[in-house]
Amino acid sequence: MRSIRFALRMLGREWRSGELGVLLLALTIAVAALTGVGFLVSRISAAVAMRATQVLAADIRVESARPIADAVFVRAASMGLSRAHATGMLSVVFDGERSELADLYAVTAGYPLRGKVLVATHLFAQGTPASAVPPPGVVWADSRLLAALGGHVGSQLSIGAATLRVGRVLISRPDQGGTFTSLVPNLLMNAADLPRTQLIQPGSRVRYSALFSGDPRQVAAFETWLRTHLRPGEQVRDIADTSPQIGGAVSRADRFLSLASLVAVLLCAAAVAMSARRYVARHLDLVALLKTLGATRRFTLRLTTLELLAVAAIASLLGASIGYLAQAWLVYALRGVLTHGTLPAASLTPVAMGLLTAVALLAGFALPPLWRLSRTPAIRVLRRDIGPPPLSVLLAFGPSAGVIAALIAWVVLDVRLFLEFTAGLAAFLALLFAAGMLLVRAAARLRGHVGVAWRYGIANLGRRRIDSVVQIVAFGVGIMALLLLGIIRNDLDGAWRGSLPADLPNYFFINIPPQSRDAFIAYLRSHGARTSRMLPMIRGRLTAIDGRPVESMRFPGRRGEHFATREQNLSWASALGPDNRIVAGRWWAPSERGAPLVSIATEFERWLGLRLGDELTFDVAGDSLTVRVASVRKVKWDSFQPNFFIVFAPGLLEKETGTYLTSAYLTPDQARALAQLARTFPSVSIFDIDDLLNDVRAVMDKAVLAVQSVFVFTLLAGLTVLLAAVQSSRDERRYEGAMLRTLGASRATVLQGVLAEFAALGALAGLLAAAGASVAAWFLTTRVLDLHYAFSPGACAIGFAGGIVLVAVSGWLATRSVVNQPPLGALRRGPG
Amino acid sequence: MVGGVLTAERLVKRVESPEGPLTIVQDVSLDIARGESMAVVGPSGAGKSTLLALLAGLDLPTGGRVLLEGHDLTALDEDGRARLRAARVGFVFQAFHLIPALTALENVMLPLELASHSGARDAALDTLRRVGLADRTGHYPRQLSGGEQQRVALARAFVTRPAVLFADEPTGNLDSTTGARIGQLLFELNADSHTTLVLVTHDQELATRCRRVLRMDAGRIV
Repeated sequence: MRSIRFALRMLGREWRSGELGVLLLALTIAVAALTGVGFLVSRISAAVAMRATQVLAADIRVESARPIADAVFVRAASMGLSRAHATGMLSVVFDGERSELADLYAVTAGYPLRGKVLVATHLFAQGTPASAVPPPGVVWADSRLLAALGGHVGSQLSIGAATLRVGRVLISRPDQGGTFTSLVPNLLMNAADLPRTQLIQPGSRVRYSALFSGDPRQVAAFETWLRTHLRPGEQVRDIADTSPQIGGAVSRADRFLSLASLVAVLLCAAAVAMSARRYVARHLDLVALLKTLGATRRFTLRLTTLELLAVAAIASLLGASIGYLAQAWLVYALRGVLTHGTLPAASLTPVAMGLLTAVALLAGFALPPLWRLSRTPAIRVLRRDIGPPPLSVLLAFGPSAGVIAALIAWVVLDVRLFLEFTAGLAAFLALLFAAGMLLVRAAARLRGHVGVAWRYGIANLGRRRIDSVVQIVAFGVGIMALLLLGIIRNDLDGAWRGSLPADLPNYFFINIPPQSRDAFIAYLRSHGARTSRMLPMIRGRLTAIDGRPVESMRFPGRRGEHFATREQNLSWASALGPDNRIVAGRWWAPSERGAPLVSIATEFERWLGLRLGDELTFDVAGDSLTVRVASVRKVKWDSFQPNFFIVFAPGLLEKETGTYLTSAYLTPDQARALAQLARTFPSVSIFDIDDLLNDVRAVMDKAVLAVQSVFVFTLLAGLTVLLAAVQSSRDERRYEGAMLRTLGASRATVLQGVLAEFAALGALAGLLAAAGASVAAWFLTTRVLDLHYAFSPGACAIGFAGGIVLVAVSGWLATRSVVNQPPLGALRRGPG
Repeated sequence: MVGGVLTAERLVKRVESPEGPLTIVQDVSLDIARGESMAVVGPSGAGKSTLLALLAGLDLPTGGRVLLEGHDLTALDEDGRARLRAARVGFVFQAFHLIPALTALENVMLPLELASHSGARDAALDTLRRVGLADRTGHYPRQLSGGEQQRVALARAFVTRPAVLFADEPTGNLDSTTGARIGQLLFELNADSHTTLVLVTHDQELATRCRRVLRMDAGRIV
């Protein structure tokens, strides 16, 4: 109790005298950066998740070939979730004499629970959101169906035993799927009309879906319940099942944001470490004096710990408030960047995470120095050269290394990535330390060849060798983090924006007969459409892997089962597409035409647990074909070019009757020609993916916003480290400056000396940081973010020059006041 | 010999230096009676401050022992010695060693607060009045002159009514006039409180005011 009272009183007294200002500032900015990033990440993740759930038309859905049990709906109702039914089946639709196979989708009121159904009054027009489901007696048919039937709004369609009127053109529904899972045009109807059609008979192939949405925690609880109460044949689909295009963008954004927060955390750690160092240096005399006046060691330890904890608490509250305000302002300031909607409100979790992290950082980085501080001998009051004995290596670095490892593990959540990241970080720090030692030694040799100011500066570097190296490491880490974020932010921004240009293909054309291939392309081009590559496509089924029938095999996860048994779209190609990259094996040579080889996408490899050299047997139009896996490809699905999971070597499938597939970009005006195209080439299926593209663009807008804001926060955290590093030696510089001035040096000479020392420190740190950032950027872009890495000499030059300028300017700003003070005061206070 | 308030028996202090072991205090024995004042004088490097540190329990001897009011300092651990200092010992230093973050009053209250004394504030105010700083209680050390700072340090040393006061060059940082005033004050307070005074000084005048003068050279009493 005595120590708490005393600590609080000391805190108040030290606060009044401005002693704790720097530590408080460092911690406050650190927590602000951390919580600011956290708030943004949580808001953007929520926004991304909201977009993703639109693809499901719900937060979660259950699908089955049999009607979903009432118990599921009862449970959802009791948990306060919104509910809707959707029943899907294939059936032939008639308009007079003409008929077409359609995918009927009968829905109840409330559908869709997430996202919007877009409708129009004309074929292939821009859609507007519908406010409700079609009323009974009315259907909404999509452009392809109406084009094939020669129908329009107002046509009467015969569906089974019922006749229903076309009320609108269906442009899209959220859960229609962005890929080619359904080759059949869509028709949306009211579930109340379903019995009249008499289409559901014993043996009919019907897909029943139950849709649910609500509070995220309730949804999560409901999902847990669902997973344990599923009946055979029932499947749960959640956000994880969204299309690969959106999935790729989301997971990349997610990883980047997590890494950026991690960088902010590491910078916080460095700032805390530097501040704690200064705190210890400034409190050595106090502890010695308190001990002389009768304080025990435990008392001094408790006193300093409590004082620091109080500072942490104040900094956490201040920082969290600033973090919240900063991200709110940022979202407000950048609202023009958001093309789709607004961000959901921030959760309070980041405050808790910010506080927890601040305490963890203090425990790891400040407690060991405080422990050492408490061992300051009382004799220091008489002999100022005597300090506390050094800590053992384990005690000095163990807690901080432990905290850092725990934080990385918490953010990275992947064992291999964690090991690579921590090993890389440890190696980098060790290298930075060793290189710093070497550089300081090398700089010392320059002493004899430079002017007095530089000699003083460089001499200081050499004299405070360990301190200098610690500062180089701190500066280096700070500059490296800034450089690294700069490099990969540009890479990400460029890669994302570049992968989604405005003229990206927005229509896919499937089932193009080989004989109509050239005429089809000519037709598209004559209407101004920009076409992409045309690939052959044939349907087939995987029957065996290494001679074992797939029916008898078990696969990891639901996706594996689904992939192994579904009908596959197969293609063949002689050249590798530019949006494909070989990650294992090799692409076939022209001489291997006709060789039984296949190339598979990484997803296919992973979901089915395949390896290079595996023999896959396919059933293609009744023929059995066995091929060997020659390569594994990483496919950039967000290129929106035609791509396939399974690509055969040329010369194997050409004899089978396949069709062709292509994509094209059409402006809304050009898209009007599609109705005529559908009539000219009746067998061709047209897929409008404009809406999907808009979804992906919305996700990217948010991700880019997040990346930019995270950059600002991390920049602040990095600058704090620099400030803390400069402050850590400020007192000593104050004393030396006063000494030099007393000896007759002009203010200018002292300032030049300080500038020289900081410029040299900055140059050394900048050099190391540029090298470190290049290596780290290579690792992150290629291993974590799946992007192409290009070495950036500009960034290295910026790192080097920026290091000099940044460190010299911040050093000058921090020590300027020192030189302006009369030397007497500084001399009286002494070097500590 | 044992029986005084402060007794040293065959004290030796040896340290390791780059040139090999170095003996700073060599076989010093002394006994100081309650209320007595003793000056330790000698050239720089004679071992005066080291002897003071050993007598006050700030450092441990390599050989011999120190008894403070009958307590063997060498048998106590660091915290035990600290507790003994809190209760029975006061200090005055050449560099004043006031805590910059604390006002004059707070600096004087500090040892009482550490010893959980009630009425710390009143006692501190009273002592500051005795050293002539009644109107400076709210000032921080940086707002005080050197002489004023040392008077605050004297108030801090005497506020606990210590059995022994150790003073290390108390006038070393002051001009001769101020130094003389501080010396005067030190001896007045010492007489009022019946405190035993151990004083390390180069100041010949200050030394002669002590009842005993101990001359040291190369670690020995000469």
